[in-house]
Amino acid sequence: MQNDVIMAGFGGQGILLIGKMLAYTGMQEGLEVSWMPSYGPEMRGGTANCTVVISDRPVGSPVIQSPRAVVAMNLPSLDKFEPMVRKGGLLLINSSLIDRSSTRDDIRILLVPANDIAMELKNPRGGNMVALGAYVGSSHAVPIDAVERVVRETFSSKPQVIDANIAALHRGYELGEQAVA
Amino acid sequence: MAKKLMKGSEAIGEAAVQAGCKLFYGYPITPQNEIPEYMSHRLPQIGGTFVQAESEVSASNMLYGAAGSGERVMTSSSSPGISLMTEAISYMAGSELPVVLVNIMRAGPGLGGILPSQADYFQATKGGGHGDYRLLVLAPWSVQEAADLVQDGFDLADHYRNPVMILGDGLIGQMMEPVEFHKDRKPIKELKEKIWAATGYDGTRPRAIINSLFLDPATLEKHNHKLQAKYAEMTRDEIRYETYGTDKDYDILIVAYGTVARVCSTAMEDLEADGIKAAMIRPISLFPFPYEAIRKAADKADAVLVVELSAGQMIEDVRLALEGNKPIHFHGRMGGMLASPEEVMEKVKEIKAGKSQEVSHV
Repeated sequence: MQNDVIMAGFGGQGILLIGKMLAYTGMQEGLEVSWMPSYGPEMRGGTANCTVVISDRPVGSPVIQSPRAVVAMNLPSLDKFEPMVRKGGLLLINSSLIDRSSTRDDIRILLVPANDIAMELKNPRGGNMVALGAYVGSSHAVPIDAVERVVRETFSSKPQVIDANIAALHRGYELGEQAVA
Repeated sequence: MAKKLMKGSEAIGEAAVQAGCKLFYGYPITPQNEIPEYMSHRLPQIGGTFVQAESEVSASNMLYGAAGSGERVMTSSSSPGISLMTEAISYMAGSELPVVLVNIMRAGPGLGGILPSQADYFQATKGGGHGDYRLLVLAPWSVQEAADLVQDGFDLADHYRNPVMILGDGLIGQMMEPVEFHKDRKPIKELKEKIWAATGYDGTRPRAIINSLFLDPATLEKHNHKLQAKYAEMTRDEIRYETYGTDKDYDILIVAYGTVARVCSTAMEDLEADGIKAAMIRPISLFPFPYEAIRKAADKADAVLVVELSAGQMIEDVRLALEGNKPIHFHGRMGGMLASPEEVMEKVKEIKAGKSQEVSHV
């Protein structure tokens, strides 16, 4: 069983961070994982993406051409990765920043207003946590309580943001779960 | 020790520290900057020294000097940087200095690009610099293996008094995977005291001179014979490779090293689902090269497919291994483009269908 996802957005949206947290959670759960960032020549404020693979067997290619899931946090990312999603796969669109959906009818599409939810929770920088939660809710790549533990560990030096991030994570998770149901 | 999620570059740095490396000299270049970055804060913690030199030429000659004192030393760079170090690498081989060199390959030639490549295979395995010398070259396919090979590399460098190169590509440098370091790791060789090291003459032992200059041709020939005997010993004792699916029947044998072999392993699984039988052999030591193992693994196969991120360099060694006994096919990407499992599958299917052109032996 393998889950793989490309997470993509603006630099500064915390995309690489949630990718790392996802990979780290997988490792803590005893699964095989890899995390691969794009490291092409990018300028500040440009796009950032990473590929995370979580598997119960050693990870083959850490680079995925047709991922089982894509998390698109901005329009350039949606434009770039939408055609790559594997048939039957998942496309998660941050509808707070992207004003279009997808026309593909062979994949599952999940619209998540990640930034709006984060604002609502008074955690304006927590859009990435909403997206992470929504991905985990719809893929069940890792258990959500394990992600929660990783959130606590990741932000242990900034305890004031832990609860807000966990709230954002769970709101995303609920949306993801509902979409699957 | 528990598993840690580490970038390949950081794991390489930590592995060196665990192996007792206290000195690092380098010069920045993408995609391996996280190695010197890691060493710059890690080495001071253990009383070591990190130097960012003014150039690769300088860094590699600092390495020469430090290795001559018998300390465990390392440098890392990426393709164009390794080219700049190559003069000193030849000197280190000539002076029999144990050093660990890490090349996280990027696409060339020239300054090329910063994305992954395997186009430095010739440079690493066939010399690179001048003179009849060899590096012991090890190519990891995962972050864990990169860490393991760095630690083994220090033992092998000391044992043979020879530079060891860890040959990775940009993926190895940049990706994060779980890594475990074993606290009670033992050296893989019985290591002798470095009586050859130049640590200051106090009259109690022969004078130690680190040198690669021999103006008397007979003496230099003798020195060359000694080096060649060492390379022959490596060829006898240090061949490393892994095989995948070779216990079953198969039609196609894939030969790939480094992260490309990971891509091929994914392709193999998908091919199996399509009812096509393929196996793989992955050279881990590129010098010495597993000629005999490849010859044996190819026995059962109708054809051999070599996959590389280059125009085809290792394929020359595969051809030497097979001596024209099996048709060889090639799939390569260049410029920092990656081979995908889909491409490898497609190529295997073409070979099966007789639609792929064999690599010319002319």
